[in-house]
Amino acid sequence: MLEDIDRIGPAIVVMVAAGLVLLADIVAPLVLGGHRREGDRGWLAFGVLAALAGAAVWAATLVLRDREAPAFSGTYSLDAFTTFFTFLFLGVAALVVLASADTVRKLRFQAEFWSLLLLATSGMMLLAGARDLMLIFIALELTSISQYVLVGILRDDRSSEAALKYVLLGAISSAVLLYGMAFLFGIAGTTKLVAPDGVLSIASVIAEGDPGTRAALIGAAVLLAAGFSFKVGLVPFHMWVPDIYEGAATPVAAFLSVGSKAAGFAVLLRIFHEGFGADSFIGSDWSNLFAAVAAVSMTVGNVIALRQTDMRRLLGYSSIAQAGNIAVGVAAISASDGGFGLGSSGVTFFLATYVFTNLGAFFAVIAISHHIGSFEIKDYAGMAKRAPLVAAALAFCFISLTGLPPTAGFWAKIYIFNAGIHSDLVWLVIVAVLNSAVSAYYYLRVVRHMYLDEAPAEGDIKISPMLAVALTTTVVGVLVVGLVPTFLIDAAERAVTALV
Amino acid sequence: MLTFLVFLPAFAAIVIFTLPRSEERQAKLMALAVTGVLLVLSLVLFAFFDRGEEGLQFVEKFRWIRAEAAGLDIHYFLGIDGLSLTMVILTTFLFTVAILISWNVDKRPKEYFAWLLLLETGVLGVFTAQDLILFFLFWEVELVPMYFLISVWGSGRKEYSAMKFVLFTLAGSALMLVGFLVLAFSAEPSTFDMQALQEADISNALLPLPAIFFLIFAAFAIKMPIVPLHTWLPDAHTDAPTAVSVILAGVLLKMGGYGMLRILIGIMPDTAQDYAVWLASLAAISIIYGAIVTLRQTDLKRLIAYSSVSHMGYVLLGIAALGHVGMTGATLQMFSHGIITGLLFVMVGMIYDRAHTRDVNELSGLAHVTPIIAVAMILAGLASLGLPTMSGFVAELMVFLGAFERFEVATILGVIGILLSAGYILWMVRRIMFGPKSERWAELPDATSWWEQVPMVAMLAVIIVVGIFPAVLIDVIDQAILPLAGKLV
Repeated sequence: MLEDIDRIGPAIVVMVAAGLVLLADIVAPLVLGGHRREGDRGWLAFGVLAALAGAAVWAATLVLRDREAPAFSGTYSLDAFTTFFTFLFLGVAALVVLASADTVRKLRFQAEFWSLLLLATSGMMLLAGARDLMLIFIALELTSISQYVLVGILRDDRSSEAALKYVLLGAISSAVLLYGMAFLFGIAGTTKLVAPDGVLSIASVIAEGDPGTRAALIGAAVLLAAGFSFKVGLVPFHMWVPDIYEGAATPVAAFLSVGSKAAGFAVLLRIFHEGFGADSFIGSDWSNLFAAVAAVSMTVGNVIALRQTDMRRLLGYSSIAQAGNIAVGVAAISASDGGFGLGSSGVTFFLATYVFTNLGAFFAVIAISHHIGSFEIKDYAGMAKRAPLVAAALAFCFISLTGLPPTAGFWAKIYIFNAGIHSDLVWLVIVAVLNSAVSAYYYLRVVRHMYLDEAPAEGDIKISPMLAVALTTTVVGVLVVGLVPTFLIDAAERAVTALV
Repeated sequence: MLTFLVFLPAFAAIVIFTLPRSEERQAKLMALAVTGVLLVLSLVLFAFFDRGEEGLQFVEKFRWIRAEAAGLDIHYFLGIDGLSLTMVILTTFLFTVAILISWNVDKRPKEYFAWLLLLETGVLGVFTAQDLILFFLFWEVELVPMYFLISVWGSGRKEYSAMKFVLFTLAGSALMLVGFLVLAFSAEPSTFDMQALQEADISNALLPLPAIFFLIFAAFAIKMPIVPLHTWLPDAHTDAPTAVSVILAGVLLKMGGYGMLRILIGIMPDTAQDYAVWLASLAAISIIYGAIVTLRQTDLKRLIAYSSVSHMGYVLLGIAALGHVGMTGATLQMFSHGIITGLLFVMVGMIYDRAHTRDVNELSGLAHVTPIIAVAMILAGLASLGLPTMSGFVAELMVFLGAFERFEVATILGVIGILLSAGYILWMVRRIMFGPKSERWAELPDATSWWEQVPMVAMLAVIIVVGIFPAVLIDVIDQAILPLAGKLV
């Protein structure tokens, strides 16, 4: 029992920290004086970072102490996949904390913001290792509900509208998801996704390949895919993305765009590549499902992005298109020579690079827009003169999102398209590459405004040191992976060898 | 050696980016020094190149991305043979010229030279890379510098032209990537090494070989360009600054022809044989259509841009001939056209700097006022129409000789193209140089500065030397083309 708790230790640290942050906020005025709802609680951010660091250290010791094994009767599994995503989520959270510290100081609900962020992160960390439908649902709801509130934390009209939309659509998608899970439970008789040989699990039931269950299984697959497609923002469940990115506070949108996407795809890999199985009798069915979803998402996301005038909505539609790119990897079911799924390693590698790239773009937007008070793309005119380094960072991240060298995005696309080719999805890869070419237009359009147009106003833009650190970290990450991608590719491949 | 050649400009560019804005002169001198060093280096390579020995020389190869389990065995593999060396010399020479004629750039000069140097790295990388993904990487590297160079320092509808250039090129390279991935996957074991792929058995690929061929061909067809995918070219050439037009016409277009020879014919010679007729037909269409449209142009830059479409048609015709003479002619035409068109753009740039117009209808009688410019321009024009003693003649002759055996009609159309090019060149020269002396241009200064005269003379010298004694280059080209032609028999 203790060992199992040890295995989910990092998530527990984060959860406890969430509670402690709230507690500190209540205790602080008693100790330091001042009213509860007033005052700059900027120091809370450091506590949050400390907690995240602590969780990371714990996760590292788990690996060093060789603790990787199933836990809690096999519902949770600490393996290379879990560890990879644990570090990824902790990194995302830390970067978002750094970038948003200044914005949060001006909020009314500072401690609540950090607490919700930590809770969402802990939910994601549990999601990465969850191997049981119930645990998946619980962790998913933990993450989602925290995010619903985070979206509305600004408490103005736009945020409240966005939060309400998110709650309603999220609740429906959770219901659909649950329905799919019920189907699976009905067919398999257990909620365990995978288990050691001899023990009943969903994977073992599907591997038996009873043709009578085929229709029900496909139904379950569709429902599950639908539920998760909402979470990651794939067509046709993408309508919430631009509205929420526009309404929520920008750091929250940044967190959503990479965090919930990474968590959603991690679970998709667990459920489909592990549970349903790439070479099971319905392998090609769900693969085709995701291929179709990917193709449509990329196209819809890119085409609508062409017409956007608001930076946040542009990033939202770009997010949908990039989710489509990642879905290509989910659809790629062929195995590689190393025995792991090429598509899964592609998804994992792409997610890691996407985290850096997209966070970089969002942080640059935070830096610029919060200064000029506008998110309109045309107000970014002349930014290259007013904020040369930030503009360069944004341009670089956009070049990475397009997939041009020497950025991480270039290798991510090559890897995932290669996975698609190996899985005989040549048509899908052609759609994907042409979409990349189309996306260049709207990414370069922003770059053009920044570098070619005259600035409507004068004055240099200063950004806070913490935001600068966060932005620099992401850009350096994109560049380093762009030049030497091998170490991240190896890490991703090692992570997915854990997927049965 | 080759790594130094390819990456020196990139390092210099990074250094220049970090220089303070006031150090303009340093930036220019550094850029000139770098391109000069590279030119010397490429001539050294030329001198030490073993024309008798087949295969790649000065090879640098080591494993780079080792994700073999994923089928991504990517090598850092640079090497040159005769074909690459010719292109490398062309590139280093034209970039030095480009730096020289940009000496007076006044708008953000530091960044201008930095982007030009980054572009040089990209192009040199394309010509020396022997691994498909490395090739693709360098092919994509040239996009961002070109976008900035055209959209910031260009004229006219520069932003539109720059975006059009990027989108067309990206669409082509997107399809090329798919072709490369399928090609690499079809080999056993999967590899991106171009040399290995030439020997590998690729018959059981995921897509039928012609499909792969045309996916990759798309990128080269857009680059060369081949009618009807050429519509980006007139805009990009006209609206780009002079030096960038020189590089675009002189070097970037050749990336298409080089890719066809190196990749399409090197790796898929049988498919090339099957579809040679199509290539020859497209070539003929490009030649004639390009020439006819050129006749209608009144903007000097647009005129030369369309003439490039026509002249690159000769390259495709030579490639389609799939024989030793034809392909050698195509390569020589790439080199020759690069220098000739480069020179033409240089001259137009000089005229525009002085007269501030490129309209053929407005300029007249310039020979009386600016004799040096006039002589250079007339010589450049004569070279362009293929006058004997100049390199264009040798190249086009070889192309026709090589192509006539298999494609009589296309060759005849090609020769008619020469007629048409004589038409537009002589007409243009007569109008602007020899018309009545106009009051408006009476005070135009001639080309007297060193940084204008040196490139002019150098380019003319190369054109004439190669025209009179082509063996100096053909020896080198043969080293690569002979084995290539041998594969096609």
